[in-house]
Amino acid sequence: MLNMQPYQDPTYFILLAIGLLPIMIGLLYGKRFRTYETLISIAFLILTFGGIKWHQGIALIGYIIFEMLLIAWYFNYRQKHNKTWVFCLAVILSILPLVVVKITPAIDFGRESIIGFLGISYLTFKVVGMIMEIRDGMIKEFHPWTVFQFIIFFPTISSGPIDRYRRFERDYNTIPDRKKYVGMISKAVHYIFLGFMYKFLLAYFFGQILLPKVGSLALAHGGWSVWTFAYGYVYAMDLFFDFAGYSLFAVATSYIMGIETPMNFNKPFISHNIKDFWNRWHMTLSFWFRDYIYMRLVFFMMKKKFMKSRIAMANLGYITLFLIMGFWHGLTWYYIAYGIFQACAMIICDAWQRFKKKHRKAIPHNKFTECFAIFLTFNVVCFSLLIFSGFLNKLFFVH
Amino acid sequence: MKDQVLDILADVTGSDEVKKDLDVNIFQTGLLDSMGTVQFLLELQNQLGIDVPVSEFDRSEWETPNKIIAKVESMK
Repeated sequence: MLNMQPYQDPTYFILLAIGLLPIMIGLLYGKRFRTYETLISIAFLILTFGGIKWHQGIALIGYIIFEMLLIAWYFNYRQKHNKTWVFCLAVILSILPLVVVKITPAIDFGRESIIGFLGISYLTFKVVGMIMEIRDGMIKEFHPWTVFQFIIFFPTISSGPIDRYRRFERDYNTIPDRKKYVGMISKAVHYIFLGFMYKFLLAYFFGQILLPKVGSLALAHGGWSVWTFAYGYVYAMDLFFDFAGYSLFAVATSYIMGIETPMNFNKPFISHNIKDFWNRWHMTLSFWFRDYIYMRLVFFMMKKKFMKSRIAMANLGYITLFLIMGFWHGLTWYYIAYGIFQACAMIICDAWQRFKKKHRKAIPHNKFTECFAIFLTFNVVCFSLLIFSGFLNKLFFVH
Repeated sequence: MKDQVLDILADVTGSDEVKKDLDVNIFQTGLLDSMGTVQFLLELQNQLGIDVPVSEFDRSEWETPNKIIAKVESMK
């Protein structure tokens, strides 16, 4: 049977266009064909998780049943009670499949877990977010059908962007008026063409042509050389254009289905500092970490007066956030080093901003300093992505 | 109410700008970050007795002093 990974080859886009056409016509005439949408979603899921990947399909079905039952159980519980340990248990259970999938290769000689499938982390983010909002009493009703649609929403299933349930529900239950929908379609067309340029032209150039060349030069030279650093820059470009390209396709497909999935990137390489960078790079992930981990943790610590110093609590928050992000990427030294590096960059950035606030008059601020800030941030980011790429592991340990 | 909210905001942002321009975007200008937001939510709880869960805090709905005052008043 046919198997196709999302947004990889021309056939996928042709099938997408055919499958989405009835949805588009429906929405233009103010109708949402819910049954048809579900069938198309399932058809595309079979395309991705069927054929040679059928075992991933089974894992996905098992995962959906497990998480749906968990959400239903916690929702029912939360209507009557609100014990902290039950909330913690629900969160732990919801991330358990992901934890197993992440740990298995590290302890089983690189073998993949049988319960894993493409996109499990992204689905987990959505589910954990739901459980936290149920706890806060923000999700007031449980509609299994809408939750199911939210989880299996195929345009974003493999790598995000990570949507939020209440936002998705609003879009799913309303039909955009014609003027708005036409605007969404024209944006979608623009995103798809931009995505083609990003993913199939620029990411191809950086990732397939330039990166192997720079990589072998760096390996031939050995140790730290100019090529090692060059690898970081080329890798950063490749990663950005590949992932931003993919995200544009996912957002465009969502728009055509009348769902305004949030954007993932906003010109990250013109960031003025590392904090600004995280507001522009893989935004749905960084906002997820900000809202569901950092802010909750800091809120909890400040309320319980866990420490005297607010600065220390903010810094502890950064370290926790980026360590979890590192572990989430995978159990390797370079992902964790990347997390620590980012946390340090954030702590230094905060310290500098405090210093600047105090000495506002003494520190110049002009076009030149702004350019310097962008330049410095860009270099820090590319170096962090050099760590993230795993190339240093190859260079120093495996070579 | 309005003055109390503005006092809290001025306190956590460490700047009177929020009192001078009620339509200033506090996130874009960097006046308030996540840490500041948490402090602000805690002060709302302590001083005004208004509970705002973190998941209620959608930045686009809380991005200017005017929006914040409207939001807080609606939650009273």
